[in-house]
Amino acid sequence: MIRVVLPFHLRTLARLDDGEVLLDVKGPVTQRTVLDALESRFPMLRGTIRDHVTLKRRPLLRFFACEQDLSHEPPDDPLPEAVAKGEAPFMVVGAIAGG
Amino acid sequence: MSSVRVLVGTIKGAFILTADGKREKWTVEGPFFAGWEIYHMKGSPVDPNRLYTSQSSGWFGQIIQRSDDGGKTWHQPGTPAGEPMTTPEGFPKGESNKFVYDTSPETGKPLTTHQWYDGTQHPWEFKRVWHVEPSLKDPNAIYAGVEDAALFMSTDGAKTWKELPGLRGHGTGSQWAPGAGGLGVHTIVLDPTNPNRIFIAISAAGCFRSDDAGKTWKPINRGLKSKYMPDEKAEVGFCVHRIAQPRQRPNTLYMQLHWNIMRTDDAGESWRNVSGNLPTDFGFPIDVHAHEPETIYVVPIKSDSEHYVHEGKLRVYRSRTGGGEWEPLTKGLPQENCYVNILRDAMAVDTLDKCGIYFGTTGGQVYVSADSGDTWKAIVHDLPRVLSVEVQTLE
Repeated sequence: MIRVVLPFHLRTLARLDDGEVLLDVKGPVTQRTVLDALESRFPMLRGTIRDHVTLKRRPLLRFFACEQDLSHEPPDDPLPEAVAKGEAPFMVVGAIAGG
Repeated sequence: MSSVRVLVGTIKGAFILTADGKREKWTVEGPFFAGWEIYHMKGSPVDPNRLYTSQSSGWFGQIIQRSDDGGKTWHQPGTPAGEPMTTPEGFPKGESNKFVYDTSPETGKPLTTHQWYDGTQHPWEFKRVWHVEPSLKDPNAIYAGVEDAALFMSTDGAKTWKELPGLRGHGTGSQWAPGAGGLGVHTIVLDPTNPNRIFIAISAAGCFRSDDAGKTWKPINRGLKSKYMPDEKAEVGFCVHRIAQPRQRPNTLYMQLHWNIMRTDDAGESWRNVSGNLPTDFGFPIDVHAHEPETIYVVPIKSDSEHYVHEGKLRVYRSRTGGGEWEPLTKGLPQENCYVNILRDAMAVDTLDKCGIYFGTTGGQVYVSADSGDTWKAIVHDLPRVLSVEVQTLE
């Protein structure tokens, strides 16, 4: 299972507790397949992480895993093996903007 | 006995304030959607328990929430609690936060750019819903005024949205420029006597009227003036802050323009200045007494550079003559060391026999006057910055 960590407001929106989301991802584990699976299970999150139409990451969100910033990696590149094996979470993080 | 329900949108969540018709003892519920910006909440005039809320965040974008029980429970339309979250075909149902501009070849093709702050052209980019306006006849029909400026409509209870592209397609869209708060459709007025007539206002483009239920639009800005705009006959380019319509006289509109209070009696064909003896010409909200079409309310702000009330005194100004002659209303309002603002969507009136006036401040207070403005009382003192106030009069 793929582990995903969401920021507070998205957990609230999806009516989740404080824990991680566990997702069953078919095929290669990439940003796109993980987010597809997340939005399929929690459709109220559509548009909150990626643009509805372009599917680009929203500007004030970042993606991290295994202490790496994956925000600017191509969405179809494989995520780190530890994420694919469920050993490390894929993290959606609100970027800090302003003061 | 009649009662009132006040819907308050703040920068950190929504609150619902209720009282009986005396409007003396209040119950405060909330925050709903804590931590999110609630630009606007409004109830259906047909089904008062049907409430719509615009919930947004710079991080996570736009969400639409709906309540079918007067605010006790909420859900995103299309994904009600307890129901499957996908269609039988397996597709996600979360469409209620999907606002996509019309780019179809038939109606949306030319609608590509508007004017940016520096005068260059800039692509239309959806940011948020500023204002929701439920239909006067159908609880499932609702309009949404959005930033960047466009008008959307849902006919299925806010599950799905479709742009009414005739507004952006009017032909002047490339000349529309954002105000300091952005380029948004902030006011939607539905004519109670003519279902085909809609007025909207955009900061900073101006007012528009549709006489065919939103298919086509006409700019109605003749008589408005902007200090730095040399062309006095310009069709658009006006920073309209708010318009309000007396229910009894649908051809009359009152306007808080960036500078000056304006009035039309011919559905916007011509406007005249009725600022009269107001202490300043700048402000945001304007509203009309529910039963007296010549009684209007504004809150003058010191200037467009300072955005707080004049002389440190919170004063609502009332005109009983449809503008021109104004009186300050101060009883119960702070008259020293007050430096709040009242935003454009943060004033409302109820329809009780003794008309109640409500407004919220950037300091988090929500005030009520149960006697048409003669005296005021704070319902709450310490909410987050208030973005919008609406009131429902319940039987």
